[in-house]
Amino acid sequence: MSAGGTGENEPRDEARAGALAQAEGRVARALREMGQSSWLVSVLAVVLALIAGGVLILAANREVQATLGYFFARPVDFFAVSWQVLTDAYSALFRGAVFDWQAPSAVRTIRPITETMVYSVPLILSGLGIAIGFRSGMLNIGGQGQIILGASFAGFIGYWMQLPVGLHLLLALLGGALGGAIWGGIAGVLKARTGANEVIVTIMLNNIAIYLLAWLLQQRWFTQTDSNQPQSAAVAESAQLFGLLGPQFRLHAGFILAILATLAVWWLMERSTLGFEFRAIGENPEAARTAGISVVKATALVLIIAGALSGLGGAAHVLGTEHRLTGGIAGTLGFDAITVALLGRSRPLGTFLAGLLFGGLKAGGVLMQSQTGTPIDIVLVLQSVIVLLIAAPPLVRAIFFLPRPGGRPPASSRRARRQRSAAKKEVAA
Amino acid sequence: MKLELKGVTKRFGSFTANDRISLTVEPGEIHALLGENGAGKSTLMNTIYGLYAPDEGEILLDDEPARFDGPGDAVAAGIGMVHQHFMLIPVFTVTESVALGYEPTKGPGLLDFTQARERVREISARFGFDVDPDAVIEELPVGAQQRVEIIKALSRDAKVLILDEPTAVLTPQETDELIAIMRQLKDNGTSIVFITHKLREVRAIADRITVIRRGKVVGQATPDASETELASLMVGRAVSLTTDKEPARPGEVTFAIDGLTVLDSADKVVVDDVDLTVRRGEILAVAGVQGNGQTELAEAILGVREAVAGTIELDGKDLGPLSVKERLRAGLGFVPEDRSTDGVIPGFSITENFVLDMYDQPPYAKGLAMRPAALREAATTQTERFDVRLGTVDDPISTLSGGNQQKVVLAREMSRELRLFVASQPTRGLDVGSIEFVHRTIVEERDKGTPCIIVSTELDEVINLADRIAVMYRGRIVGIVPADTPRDVLGLMMAGVPAEEAVQEASRHQTALSEADDAAEEENR
Repeated sequence: MSAGGTGENEPRDEARAGALAQAEGRVARALREMGQSSWLVSVLAVVLALIAGGVLILAANREVQATLGYFFARPVDFFAVSWQVLTDAYSALFRGAVFDWQAPSAVRTIRPITETMVYSVPLILSGLGIAIGFRSGMLNIGGQGQIILGASFAGFIGYWMQLPVGLHLLLALLGGALGGAIWGGIAGVLKARTGANEVIVTIMLNNIAIYLLAWLLQQRWFTQTDSNQPQSAAVAESAQLFGLLGPQFRLHAGFILAILATLAVWWLMERSTLGFEFRAIGENPEAARTAGISVVKATALVLIIAGALSGLGGAAHVLGTEHRLTGGIAGTLGFDAITVALLGRSRPLGTFLAGLLFGGLKAGGVLMQSQTGTPIDIVLVLQSVIVLLIAAPPLVRAIFFLPRPGGRPPASSRRARRQRSAAKKEVAA
Repeated sequence: MKLELKGVTKRFGSFTANDRISLTVEPGEIHALLGENGAGKSTLMNTIYGLYAPDEGEILLDDEPARFDGPGDAVAAGIGMVHQHFMLIPVFTVTESVALGYEPTKGPGLLDFTQARERVREISARFGFDVDPDAVIEELPVGAQQRVEIIKALSRDAKVLILDEPTAVLTPQETDELIAIMRQLKDNGTSIVFITHKLREVRAIADRITVIRRGKVVGQATPDASETELASLMVGRAVSLTTDKEPARPGEVTFAIDGLTVLDSADKVVVDDVDLTVRRGEILAVAGVQGNGQTELAEAILGVREAVAGTIELDGKDLGPLSVKERLRAGLGFVPEDRSTDGVIPGFSITENFVLDMYDQPPYAKGLAMRPAALREAATTQTERFDVRLGTVDDPISTLSGGNQQKVVLAREMSRELRLFVASQPTRGLDVGSIEFVHRTIVEERDKGTPCIIVSTELDEVINLADRIAVMYRGRIVGIVPADTPRDVLGLMMAGVPAEEAVQEASRHQTALSEADDAAEEENR
């Protein structure tokens, strides 16, 4: 074609945008399948995970193994011991996560639930970011990197600057959100402009973030301390998220932040024009494009906002809980957040509840290990089994003989869909 | 071979797709199965072809009960099927395509293509098909691909041939050739079941007509029944097949396309130097066989496809540099060709789909905040005005029938003040009742003074709606002709013959369909 230079590029951009839209469609379909699995599937996945975990607890227990040696002589022993071991382990898990009725003091009786809340803060915040991505048809695996950047920005502002109470905290939180937004935005802009797959880009950015932080922690100007340990100075009091229940509890204002973020994300996705665009490109990018929605702009914005939320999660973690930066500041938060979003079916309330559950598993796992000797790795198994089951709703449906949603025939599926949408609305409300 | 169905019932869950259907296809008979989309025609044929097992009833072949566990059994019993969407592999040759599935071999694992090629030649010769056994499928025109499908069925000794909407993809002239082929097969004793929703064809070809509605046989008819009779039988109430409209009162030209050239994703020219103008208050129909650039032309007007050359002007303003959103704001109403991928978002509610391209405009939004109450109210009133049959506007749009979904799309596009209305295939897949409604709505929009462009591959629709007809072929406008141009001329133009030549040629040779039309007219007189 003898058209001008810009003219030559345009159709190619267009073709790329088309291919992008197609690929998005495919991911979106898979995500929709996951997202549309009913609440029942989420609950059943947790139940199944507890059962699977139970089998492993038994298999790893010496007493149980001993009774198996004479199982055919006295099977009752096996069942009695198994029951004992299981109830011990899971009741310890519960006591560690919610309410410890065996604790010596009143404070320690109710501390578990506050610990659960503490652990859940970054999971909820980052999970909300991941959930926005899911609903917009994007698999943002970059929670980890976004959390690290958010924590680094927030932490640095927290210990490097000297500012009045309030302002300092606000600035540190905003910095955290900005850090995450930059990290998510890199993936977002690359995807929107060039069609780069966000899964690959975000995974790579995770690694870059890990090594970036490791390097920063060796720089004196960054750590602001003379220590040779790869860790930073402590965050100034003025930038710390204040405690909510006094010094005996670790619970801090980050939890309020998580609640506010949950509400804000609900508003964003259900009530704002931006959320309308996000959901539209997630469900059907072609129709969104035809309706004049800029898929490019929305794609970039989704990952920027998702990054900001994860960054805020990292900020809350360092300003409220850890108070100083270390190389392992993010732990496995970024990946757990993906599970949290999946288990919460990418809905704000669901993500909030799933975040609490995972916080509880973490808090309870510690007590379970110390009191019953059950390895805390069981918690990891529980989480993994949940991911597996959520990602494979057909499997869960098959195990529990649930009907297949969205399939033929039209008449009955219509009703099912209506029910599903009704369920969605309940959540939204 | 005689094919007989006795009380065949097929259910999907609580939905009965076929309800005690009985019909008989005599040897050497062309039996038309007429019904609207979703009436259960395809389900019935898939049952005969062994893809579904009937829940009740039986299938008799030459009075012997037959039981098929899959298409293989049906094929072995002498039933052949040509699907609406061809089941061909684009990179295979004709011979390979025909051999696929029953590959003749010589020795273990060696394909005997000589034998297969001979078979293709023999059948081609017998029925006068002009098909080269070594041609590659993707290089063949659609009509020839269909013939390959027919050869495939015949090469397996099909005695009953099922043709599922065979004319949907053909030009009128190709349709004519197909009709000739069908008559020849019939003379050879092959029974043909011909599935369609096009009334003219039925009357031109069929020996007998069975009409089904909502999964039930509602009547038998002979080809001398009038189109209106058949249509009312099909729909279940009296319908008018033509839209009553006043002659257009065209005003000034407000929309002009000049030298527009568009490439597809593979950088091939699909719209080639197109000039078009549309006046206020007129409908310009763009006719043509699917895939001749009409889709891309419409997309270029909307702006989802970039033009490499040429200009598009609306009300004196160049649309070229404007984004899709800006074009919509400039008063463009757009109904996309593929409703399910481009027109609606299936998971969204009816309300959300209703505002899909106005969600950020007052009164539906104020700044970033959307106003659910205003949305709901507008969606409720507009869907009522457009007679959308729905439960509540909060239901997902996927719960609606195709016709009602399309009405939502129309309601959305027409609830704004329009300066130009563009609709691609506005009635594809709709039932007769909805088609009536959509056509009336479009004419009303025209009468409000909006210039309208209707892209359609259905000649009936083009003739019914158009004030002027532009025929496209391979990305170019073959000619712009008045609305009363004879079908045969339009058909030839759709195959690339320039208007004047087409007029001459059409006067020399009449197609079977228009012969049938004339005969019917004579009777009426």
